[in-house]
Amino acid sequence: MSNSTPANPASVAKSINRSKDAAAAVSSVVEASNPVQGPNNIVAPTQMTGSQAIVRSLEELGVKDVFGLPGGAILPTYDPLMDSTKINHVLVRHEQGAGHAAQGFAMVSGEVGVCIATSGPGATNLVTALADANMDSVPMVAITGQVNSAFIGSDAFQEADIVGITMPITKHAFLVTNAEDIPKTLASAFYLAQTGRPGPVLVDITKDAQTSDMTFSWPPKVDLPGYRVVTRGHNKQLREAAKLIAGATRPVLYVGGGVIKANAHEELKEFAEYINAPVVTTLTARGAFPDSHEQHVGMPGMHGAVSAVTALQQSDLLITLGARFDDRVTGVLSSFAPNAKVIHADIDPAEISKNRVADVPIVGSLEEIIPQLQEACATRFENEPQQDLSSWWGLLKRLRETYPIGYTETQDGLSAPQHVIQRIGELTGPEGVYVAGVGQHQMWAAQFVKYERPRSWLNSAGLGTMGYSVPAAMGAKVAQPDRVVWAIDGDGCFQMTNQELATCVINNIPIKVAVINNSSLGMVRQWQTLFYDSRYSNTDLNTGHGTARVPDFVKLADAYGCVGLRCERDEDIDATIQKALEINDRPVVIDFVVSADSMVWPMVPSGVSNDQIQIARGMTPEWEEED
Amino acid sequence: MAKHTLSVLVEDVPGVLTRVASLFARRAFNIHSLAVGPTEIDGISRMTVVVDAEGDSLEQVTKQLNKLINVIKIVELLPENSVQRDHIMVKVRADATTRLQVTQAAELFRASVIDVSIDSLVVEATGNAAKIEALLAVLEPFGIREIVQSGTLAVGRGAKSMSDRALKALSA
Repeated sequence: MSNSTPANPASVAKSINRSKDAAAAVSSVVEASNPVQGPNNIVAPTQMTGSQAIVRSLEELGVKDVFGLPGGAILPTYDPLMDSTKINHVLVRHEQGAGHAAQGFAMVSGEVGVCIATSGPGATNLVTALADANMDSVPMVAITGQVNSAFIGSDAFQEADIVGITMPITKHAFLVTNAEDIPKTLASAFYLAQTGRPGPVLVDITKDAQTSDMTFSWPPKVDLPGYRVVTRGHNKQLREAAKLIAGATRPVLYVGGGVIKANAHEELKEFAEYINAPVVTTLTARGAFPDSHEQHVGMPGMHGAVSAVTALQQSDLLITLGARFDDRVTGVLSSFAPNAKVIHADIDPAEISKNRVADVPIVGSLEEIIPQLQEACATRFENEPQQDLSSWWGLLKRLRETYPIGYTETQDGLSAPQHVIQRIGELTGPEGVYVAGVGQHQMWAAQFVKYERPRSWLNSAGLGTMGYSVPAAMGAKVAQPDRVVWAIDGDGCFQMTNQELATCVINNIPIKVAVINNSSLGMVRQWQTLFYDSRYSNTDLNTGHGTARVPDFVKLADAYGCVGLRCERDEDIDATIQKALEINDRPVVIDFVVSADSMVWPMVPSGVSNDQIQIARGMTPEWEEED
Repeated sequence: MAKHTLSVLVEDVPGVLTRVASLFARRAFNIHSLAVGPTEIDGISRMTVVVDAEGDSLEQVTKQLNKLINVIKIVELLPENSVQRDHIMVKVRADATTRLQVTQAAELFRASVIDVSIDSLVVEATGNAAKIEALLAVLEPFGIREIVQSGTLAVGRGAKSMSDRALKALSA
């Protein structure tokens, strides 16, 4: 297990970026010659098998933890893996768990997460996690075994064209049929996964490539002629951006997950304070800017705060940093922020003007662009002082105070799920890591836990993968064993991947799971309440209060060797959370029995403008004081 | 929708055609024609893709193509500063009574006859889309049995070389 201190991985990732950029500034030849991750030890040519080369390459790349499950086509690699003293392999119970664990590992540490599976079904079980990582730009490498190269295309036992299957959902996918290609392909995969816009890379290695002899040497030569990453922003665009910022009376920093990926949260804070603009943090950017900061006006989007949604809607300048105008943020695109000019900074040029046309496009790494922007603003402000933002701030502060994120008490005597989640956050504090599944509990965890630091909030944002929470929390805990890691899960989500509790128990990965048990597929049920006349078609899961309780989550936890707790009354919530916080030798599962009628508010109903945000059913904010 | 011609330099590796073609499908762009072949540089192929797209979506497809790791460079070739040619082979009914008429028609288009049998001819022609269309209109009355057509090939006018510049950028 990795024993790095919590602060370390980010700074390591940062220094990797810096050295790469420094190289780029001198000459791209230097950059091209050394894109190999890790300490770059010199290894003289050594005879070994392909499978030994896989393990050795991972070691040389600095990999310490991998998640996987063996099978026929990857068996040769599991043999030398057993002897590795540098790599800790966590045996999962389902390959999807390995994939999400690699994601969780990568999200908290900033390092590449690694998962391993066999051919055919092992590989296809990784597909959901790869698609998830692709949507949320998570750096990960998946290594899969493939049938013998001579059998490819013959419908051999456990054959699946996983490279073909994953092409649309990975940053890149490699097929390796020759043992000699293993070191350079793995080095390339790590380089691709971690640089530019991060993403998942799959390396499919045939069984004969694993078993044949080869000559291993390190570092290998990585040759990717079609891959170039621009890191520095273009000066002309930066000047244009500064001009718009100086003239804006209603600017907003629209901050996305890219800020966290670029390790640019400190730069962001400095810049935000410099231009005194309000900041909204999207679902993937929670923690990129401290919630407690005076300039934070909330999370925007379908379930965003009134102040954040309004800030975007009424803005005259969106300073977009590492965000992608997702439909869950914009609502109906044509009515989104209608009077705003757009500055869009992103490392992926394809995101710029994809959904919303940018007036000022800036391509590069936010770690470089944000300080560059600040410099350009300083120069601009010398001749053209910034506009007075006090009336803009007046409006947003009033909205933030009038319409804080809140919830109503339940009518059925059961606990309010929002209260449970809020208390988990308050009793654990900002040094904890919070990993949600997908649905109502995810939105509440985004709304009611206060995030003060990057990489403390993990969720499946783009793909919306139910079942993400438990395995991702497991991966996060492996990367940062000293942190308290909460899986805040739903009763539906939890039933999709809870088999990894066995992995957690056996490998001593003591995560804490809070099952927010409303006995239903809650978000779907909410939509049925609102849009389908409360006809609850196939959303009742029978896990909660007054039901057959199948399964009984406490007994299930017990069967896995976890501590199982149940909390059914408001007055027990704090004590139950405290008890869970005190147990650190085993995973804890708490069955928080909550009301099924609680709903996520505010809400912008699907298919309407963000202006029609509702703070509760049928209730819209009072707008008369604006404009 | 307007047609645009994109010249795409790619690494000549397995799966590269699938990647490019499936990207068009995935992002809902329509490929009008596609031609692929080797270039003067070992290991680099060139695809000429004619795509139906408007301004913004053309920019988006170009950016998405650029994200593919095996794609090295993309250039849009505008009709005014490039030469564009299609290649066609047409099998036409032609017996002793019509053979001469068909060969004369072919000559008018500087097309050549590359196969002859008792009741058919294969006519081969190279030209832009308008010329090919006109040739087909003339051959049609004789009875067309089969048509095989290449995707459009295009190259920029003048001395500049796309692959040269792409490689220079790589080694700079």
